[in-house]
Amino acid sequence: MSDTAKTPEPAKPSDAPSAGATAGLEGGLLSESMTRRSWHWMAAAWTSFTAATLAGTLATVRFMFPNVLFEKPMQFKVGKPEDFPVGEVDERFKEKGVWVVREATGMYALITTCTHLGCTPNWLPAQNKFKCPCHGSGYYRSGVNFEGPTPRPLERAAISLSPDDGQIVVDKSKSFLFETGGWDDPASFLKL
Amino acid sequence: MNGFGEKLGRMWKPFVAYVVSTQVWKSIFRVGIPNTNRKRVLAVLGNVVLHLHPVKIRKSGVKLRYTWCAGGVTFFLFLVLTFTGLLLMFYYRPTVEYAFADILDLREQVPFGIMREIHRWGAHAMVIAVWIHMFRVFMTGSYKPPREFNWNIGVILLVLTLLLSFTGYLLPWDQLAMWAITVGSNMARATPLIGNEGPFARSLQIGGVALVHSGDDAKFALLGGRFVDANALLRFYVLHCVGIPLVAAFLMAVHFWRVRKDGGISGPM
Repeated sequence: MSDTAKTPEPAKPSDAPSAGATAGLEGGLLSESMTRRSWHWMAAAWTSFTAATLAGTLATVRFMFPNVLFEKPMQFKVGKPEDFPVGEVDERFKEKGVWVVREATGMYALITTCTHLGCTPNWLPAQNKFKCPCHGSGYYRSGVNFEGPTPRPLERAAISLSPDDGQIVVDKSKSFLFETGGWDDPASFLKL
Repeated sequence: MNGFGEKLGRMWKPFVAYVVSTQVWKSIFRVGIPNTNRKRVLAVLGNVVLHLHPVKIRKSGVKLRYTWCAGGVTFFLFLVLTFTGLLLMFYYRPTVEYAFADILDLREQVPFGIMREIHRWGAHAMVIAVWIHMFRVFMTGSYKPPREFNWNIGVILLVLTLLLSFTGYLLPWDQLAMWAITVGSNMARATPLIGNEGPFARSLQIGGVALVHSGDDAKFALLGGRFVDANALLRFYVLHCVGIPLVAAFLMAVHFWRVRKDGGISGPM
């Protein structure tokens, strides 16, 4: 046998006084210089560091979502039904974000946002259509689209009668889409 | 007159010799005149501004035909934009009430108000330059190993450049700005999962209460509201002046560092 030189003993991790419970960690987490006690301390330190970092990141993300907005109110009263002649598109509330339309069958409120890319269309009474200045989307007075790049009709806002004073209440935060059957929802029109 | 001139001449050399022997001088200029190669190296390495460039570069590094200096032009434009942008900040208030008027005043009431146009032209030029630089890197194959990582950093820098243009566009608060950002943020609304009009928006719920809605989605976080309004203007101002430039500066440091470490500009493959 030609074992003239003794092969050096590989340093056994079990030489460290943490043999028993941490034997499975020899390869990665544990090195000879670490004791069982220091491993637990390091684990606790890294865990709390990670938790603190995660908490700080989440707090930063939450910071970006304000709780209070100073935007125009989404619900507002627009007057009594008598103020709206039949067959007319009322532009008095365009600044607030709706056209109030009264037909023989009832009333509805169209939201003044073009369903193409979000510009504000204009009502052209001479041509009996809504026309968006940005890319030319065109809608009938019902809100249905018929020309231009827009893929779908204008949206309708929730409309109801206030029980207090009989005024019409428009709620822009609830919108009804024609293409999902929203216009059949009784909250989207007023039968008078 | 002559006598006076001679007297000055005689005093000059000892004066200079005195100045360069003072502690103040020696604390600033540690190496002395760089007349040996060792002193030249020490002068560059010991100076925080000079050492941003390597001490030596290859001859191919200054060949315009190889690099077009496109990356350098882009960085130069970034510095111009930072400087002009900083100056503009002295006269611009990011509020709904003042933004538009301040931009007009900058042009007309402030001396060298052309600064606003220089900032805008510089922004256009930087976007063009960054595309040319990307094109050059592609055509010379400088994205191949070991330079793939740096290519990716460059792509992120490209996106940041475009985001800087996007956020800056809103600041004049004119019709063009407002509608451009309305349209752009509507795209955020269509993001899957985190946009309230995107696919899978309704799938994030707890007990029937939607977690993602018009008051709580990616578009809302971007604008700080449901519409492009005062919150959006302030947010975009902060992102444009501080947030994105900091990230971009850090990534540029990584980008330049990697060029050096991967063998220097215009090095062999």
